[in-house]
Amino acid sequence: MTTTALHPQLQEIADEFAAVPESERLQLLLEFGQELPPLPARYAEQHDLLEPVPECQTPLFLAVEISPNETVHLFFDVPAEAPTTRGFAGILHAGLDGLNADEVLATPGEFSSQLGLQDLVSPLRLRGMAAMLGRVKRQIRERRS
Amino acid sequence: MPEHAVLARRVEVRQAVALPFDPEVKFAEYAHPHMLVTTEWVAAHLDDPGLVVAESDEDVLLYETGHVPGAVKLDWHTELNDPVTRDYVDGAGFARLMSQKGIARDTTLVLYGDKNNWWAAYALWVCSLFGHPDLRLMDGGRAKWLAEGRPVTNEAPSRPPTDYPVIDRDDTQIRAFKDQVLAHLGQPLIDVRSPGEYTGELLHMPDYPQEGALRGGHIPGARSVPWSRAAAADATFRPRAELEAIYAGEAELRPDDDVVVYCRIGERSSHTWFVLHHLLGYPRVRNYDGSWTEWGNSVGVPITRRESP
Repeated sequence: MTTTALHPQLQEIADEFAAVPESERLQLLLEFGQELPPLPARYAEQHDLLEPVPECQTPLFLAVEISPNETVHLFFDVPAEAPTTRGFAGILHAGLDGLNADEVLATPGEFSSQLGLQDLVSPLRLRGMAAMLGRVKRQIRERRS
Repeated sequence: MPEHAVLARRVEVRQAVALPFDPEVKFAEYAHPHMLVTTEWVAAHLDDPGLVVAESDEDVLLYETGHVPGAVKLDWHTELNDPVTRDYVDGAGFARLMSQKGIARDTTLVLYGDKNNWWAAYALWVCSLFGHPDLRLMDGGRAKWLAEGRPVTNEAPSRPPTDYPVIDRDDTQIRAFKDQVLAHLGQPLIDVRSPGEYTGELLHMPDYPQEGALRGGHIPGARSVPWSRAAAADATFRPRAELEAIYAGEAELRPDDDVVVYCRIGERSSHTWFVLHHLLGYPRVRNYDGSWTEWGNSVGVPITRRESP
């Protein structure tokens, strides 16, 4: 099976997951969720600027910003009672924030399957992560057109 | 040590581990009051030998963010299911799981979890397939424990493995398969999914991803009673009179009815199974765990697409 190469910033995360035994992967996912930065005030105060992601099993909102030099910044709002979803948002944030728009668009949609979480997390949830990525990419395309 | 002395000691140990039932007044009105404990009861008995508390959540990482001290984690996705066949673990698999968690056959196993004990009720139903003798739910679940400011820890408990016997799974009493549901048509069925799933507008729960059913609607004759109606705002079960108004009143179940409940994959309906059987005392309630993901994909089975049964 051939897979599209990941950006090094994202590859590093995939490697990190591959390097720990299965029993510790959930802990790693939890840590990514804990590292998700809080929502900046401009979004926290104006929640309608965020896009809902109904494919996720918990209320999740995201926003994408593209700076004039094409750098992408991602913002997520996920409740603490949804640590798995937070973990996925944390991975996307750590892996994609700061890349340029083309690099984010080149991220393979099935990226979540490269984290070795299939046996630990239900396929439903992994699809939620793919949906988050799909929405990030769509927002970037819409901004550019 | 002579043999009779060993026997005597065993008996003594067994007696020492039998935990008292929760005398909570609200529970006394339910059909099987011993199936529930309050958060207060759990807090008071946490250190008792013979008790294991287990958390079972929809979000598989919630336990890791903090849980009832000493509680083990039971993962519905990875631990209760067979990894290949769509089915639950078998007797050997269940014995292995219980042993790993430090649960013995005579352990009082108290389950709790997120979302009104949705997944905890599911875990309890699966444990019931193996006839674990002393199963209880902590009324109000994780939400109530946290709301009351009770202690939580991130520390994973280490319990010595037990010698849990291999008990064959009994699928005949509380579980229904598709052919049995087909034979049951015309008798009481409760569909516990959301109204949109029931009418066939939606193929999945609102805000949840599509989970692969080709056809929408409900099993002909099934009454719609969304599962979470059985829970009060604080995640505890509603008092008996309120439950009766819903199930005997609105859904018109009669006391001796043989009832089949279903949802999408059998988890939400475990919650309703618990309510109908253990709280309201319906003698025969079966959970059709194939549920809509099986029925809505089956060739030639009848489907109703409207708001009424």
